[in-house]
Order: sequence, then C-alpha cells, then structure tokens
Amino acid sequence: MSAVLPPIVAPGAGNAPRSEGVWRAAWRRLRADRLGIVAMAVVGVFLLMIVLTASGLVARGWQKEVALPSAPPTFVGAASAVAADAIATPTGPIADISAVDPLAPRYKEWAERAAQYKTVETPRAETLPFGADRLGRDVLAKAMKGTQTSVFVGLLGALVATLIGTVLGALGGFFGGKVGDFLEWLYSVFTSIPDILLILSFAVIFGRGIVSVAIILALVGWTGIYRQVRAEFIKHSTRDYVRSAEAIGASAGARMFRHILPNVSHVILVRLSLLVVAFIKFEVILSYLGLGVGVDDVSWGTMLSEAQSELILGYWWQLVAATAFMAVFVTAFSLMTDALRDALDPKLRGLE
Amino acid sequence: MAAYLIRRLWQMIPTLVGVVLLVFLLFKFFGGDPAEILAGLNATPEQVQAIRDQLGLNSPWYVQLWINLKSIVTFDWGRSFATNETVANIFATRLPATLTVMIPILVFDTLLALPIAMWVAYRRGSLSDRAIMVISTVALSVSFLVYIIIGQYIFAFQLGWFPVQGWSDSVAKNLVTYVPLPVLLVLFVGVAPQTRLYRTFFLDELGHDYVRTARAKGMTEKTVLFKHVLRNAMIPILTNIGLSLPGIFVGSFLIEVFFSIPGLGREVILAVNRSDYPVIQAITVYLAMITMLINLLVDVLYKLVDPRVVLK
Repeated sequence: MSAVLPPIVAPGAGNAPRSEGVWRAAWRRLRADRLGIVAMAVVGVFLLMIVLTASGLVARGWQKEVALPSAPPTFVGAASAVAADAIATPTGPIADISAVDPLAPRYKEWAERAAQYKTVETPRAETLPFGADRLGRDVLAKAMKGTQTSVFVGLLGALVATLIGTVLGALGGFFGGKVGDFLEWLYSVFTSIPDILLILSFAVIFGRGIVSVAIILALVGWTGIYRQVRAEFIKHSTRDYVRSAEAIGASAGARMFRHILPNVSHVILVRLSLLVVAFIKFEVILSYLGLGVGVDDVSWGTMLSEAQSELILGYWWQLVAATAFMAVFVTAFSLMTDALRDALDPKLRGLE
Repeated sequence: MAAYLIRRLWQMIPTLVGVVLLVFLLFKFFGGDPAEILAGLNATPEQVQAIRDQLGLNSPWYVQLWINLKSIVTFDWGRSFATNETVANIFATRLPATLTVMIPILVFDTLLALPIAMWVAYRRGSLSDRAIMVISTVALSVSFLVYIIIGQYIFAFQLGWFPVQGWSDSVAKNLVTYVPLPVLLVLFVGVAPQTRLYRTFFLDELGHDYVRTARAKGMTEKTVLFKHVLRNAMIPILTNIGLSLPGIFVGSFLIEVFFSIPGLGREVILAVNRSDYPVIQAITVYLAMITMLINLLVDVLYKLVDPRVVLK
C-alpha cells in the first residue's frame, strides 16, 4: 500500500539532523542535574585518590608506626602524660644483692655485648592530623588505603557480577527453551538461599583476601542483573531490528552482543552502580567479622573492627575517619546512581 | 486452590535438589577437609584418617550425597563437628532467641513505615517528602556497624539506659531488658528506607483513575485513602514483607554477634569460623525451604487481599 504513495519528504530532508542517541540524550539530562554532577565530581576525586594510593604515590607507608600509640588528632592536642605515674616508683634504698646473685658476674659482659648494637630511637609524633591507631599508624593514611581496598572490592565484585548476570541473562532471554529453563533453575536455586548465608558459605571456601571477597560477592550478587537482562533480551529479541539483522545473516552471537546489548546497556549500567554500593557495605561487614580482606590489608571494615575497642578507651578518631570516608563516598555514589538512572532510564524515576 | 498448592509444592522439588547439590558440591569439592580442621595442628596422619572414617568422609561421594539427601528427608542432620550437639537441638534452642529479636523489628518497622509512607505520599512534593528521601539516603550511606558501635557506646556504656549486651532464659526479661536497644537501632536505620519504598507504592496507587472517581463521587479523603488506596497498595507491600520474612530466621546476624544473643545468626558465624559443615548445610537447606514456602504463602495472601488475582 505504501508503495503507491510518494515518500513523505520532510522539509530540508537532505541533511535532516539525526535524532540524538540514547547516550547523548542521557548526557544532556545528566548535565541538567546539578546534584548529580556534584556527586560525580566527588566520586571522581575519590577515584583519583584511589589511583594515587594504588600507585604508591600517597599513603605508601600506612603500615609505618609514625606516631605514639593512639596519638590524638592535632586539633585535640597531645595526650597529657598521666599514664607515666600510674604505678608509683618504689622509694627506699636499693639492696645490694650482688653477693648472692648468680648472674652478677655476667652483667658486665652482657652490657658490652648490648653496646655493640645500635638502636635508633625514631622520633614519634605526638599528634597527627587525623590521629593514630593503637600501633601509632597514621589514621589518615589508613583511611585512604582502606578506601582503595573497599572501593576496589566493590567495583571488581560488581563488574564480575555484571559480567556473569549479563551473559547468563542474554543467553536465557535470547535462546529460551532448554537453556532458558536451566538458567531459570539456577536462578531459583541461588535466590532461594538468603544472600548473607550464601556469602558466608562461599567465604568459608574461598578464604580471605581482596580478590576472593570480590569473587564471593559476585557469585552471590549476579541474580538481580540476570533477571533484568533476561527480561530485556526477551523483549528485544523479537523486535524488528533484530529480525532484520537475522535476515541479513547476523549470527546469534552478533545479534545478542552487537545489536541487542548496546540497546540494554543503560539498564546494566544502573544495576552495576547499585551493586557497587551494596558490595562495599558487604565488604565492610565481612571484614569486620574477619572473613573479608587479609590481615595485611586495611579496609573500612577492618578499621571499624579496630575502632570498636578503641572507642571504649576514648580514642574515637579512627571510627570517625573510617565512617566519614565511607559516608561521603557512598552518599556521592548513591546520588550519582540516582542521577544516572534518571538520565538513562526515565521510566524508573522514583523507584527503589 | 488445592491443585494450585500441590503444583507449587511439586515445583519446589527441583529447586530444592539444586540447593542441596550446590551446598554439597561446594563443601565436598572446594571446601577444606573437615577431618584436618577437627584434628587440629598436632594430629598424626593416622588420627586424621580415623576421624575421616568416623565422619564417613572416606566413602565415595555418591554415598555421601545419598546420606545427605536422607538426612534432609528424615530431618536428622546428625551432630555438629565441633560441639557434638545435634543439629536439631541447635535449631530448637537458637531459633527462639532469633525470633524474640526479629519479630518486634518486623512488626514495628511495618507499623511505623506504613502510616508515614501514606502520609508522605499523600502530601507529595512537600518538605516532609523531600526530608524522607534525604534522610534515607544519608542513613543508608554509613555501614550498620557504625550505628551499632556508636549506639552501644552512647546508650549502653555512657548513659547506661540498656545493658551493653546479654541474654536470659526468660522471654519477658529478654523483651524488656535486652531486646529494646537492638530493635531501636535497627528501626533508626531501617524505617526511612522502608518508608521511601512504601511511598512509591502509595504514589503509584494515588495516580490511578479509581482514586479520582472515588473523590468525584464525594467520598471523604479518609475513605479514599484507607478503603481504596491502602488495600491496593497492600499487594506490593505484602510482597516486600514476604521477601524480608526468610531473613528473620537467620536474624540480623550482626545484631546477634554484637549483642551476644544466642540466636541462629550467631550460630552461623560460629559454624563458619569452625568450618562446621553439618550446621551450615542444614541451616542453608532449611532456610531455602522456608523461603520457598513463604513465597507460596505470599502468593496465596495476594488472593485474599485482591480477589482479582488469579492463581495459576
């Protein structure tokens, strides 16, 4: 029918402006969101800091004991030396027992031998800008290094989870049938076990360490992405553009990952950033319980677990430092995610 | 209805088999050797071998899987590797403590969040609406650990309003003395995000045509809100409560660890630290069962709340 009609020529059709793509439109919406931009800038600053700590330019010596144990922050002032007098020094004459002391003849020899070793008393700071922990390590350096660990775990875990979820979701949604049934079964198995229990079970098996925590979280967290990607692929796989691609001989793999994937990637990006926040929180809890990062690493979780016993003694600065770093990063990241979601997927606005 | 229930229960079997297989394979092929953990560092190889015999770890894997399946069906999980307590006994003694903490949390959380959410959604865009959003974003940005640490320090250690931690044998004493602080802390963190979620459900319903119709008929706002909107919004809210129900049984394990509450969550952590496989396996499999049963229950409840829902 349309063959007999002359094609409708839009005014100025020769160089009609292309309608803007999904990414460009999203960027335009995102730029209008002032809060989102600020949040992105804060996240950017954190990422820069992480690059600096990871490359060793900053906070390389976080394990060095640079100050007195539990040295307070500078603005509080140095701790008063009350503790020194806690045990009264005994008064009265010192009895000479060298006649009966069996070790007396060797004291001189030992003193000479000890003199051969030089001990250098490193000067230790009395205060630090953010205080020191119970070993005298700089809390600021620890917090920066801990940020690197915690955020790295969150990002790596979320990336792996997204990869698993996307590939399985694409396969399940595109092919359906036996493959789809099998994946649905796998999904129902994983979702019928409460997350935290699954995480703990995996934690027993994989042991501690930064990468193993990320893998554990990824193995537990892929289900949400799988579900959503699968739904999107089911929707898209029967659309005209995919059928056209099939008609010109595009393979199944090409249709899935070259044609459909770019059209659902905004959904994946939003899910990814939601996972980052969730995983950072899980890492903190796992590390607190001693199932997270190794003993040689520092993360927000290990800092908090040290801070609990310090707080009772009145050393609040490590708790405040770890909490402040975490609060700023997570708030900024959540706001950025909100802004991204509003920009990329306006339909989802206000949900979750 | 009966046919529906039977079919749903039947469909649970493959999932449950999957859960059992997953847990079994994980611990059998990837986990450490429980005999070595039990024997300790100074054990001779003969001792380790003897423990392996005793635990039945030397039989072929299919025999072990068979025993595993049998133990699920007969509800007899044997004994904990570490304490020799029967797993059944662990469930029976730890579950009440968990429920004593978690049920008040669930009840108060829902009772507080529902009216606030309704009110906030009704006055959409107002200052209180924005405040809830901001509070929930900020409240969620700090790890729950921090709230517990600070809460215990201020309310229990400094002010002495509550005991720092502890538990007793009497339910009444637990509820009055030991439960309030953890419950308050959870509510402090949890109510705002919950309100935020319920608010979207109410907003969804408020936008529907039937609300306009009801108002046009001259119904009072009270009738519109409580008779029409609330009932319709109950469906997503029920789903949400249903989803959070299985979590009750592990409890918020963080709370149990911090407040020394002898519940199931703390037991899981202990079992994890001791590589106590029978306990972890049993808890995982039973929680999976409970989760599926609760999902079924929620679906049936839909039918009661909303007669239009067809169970299929």
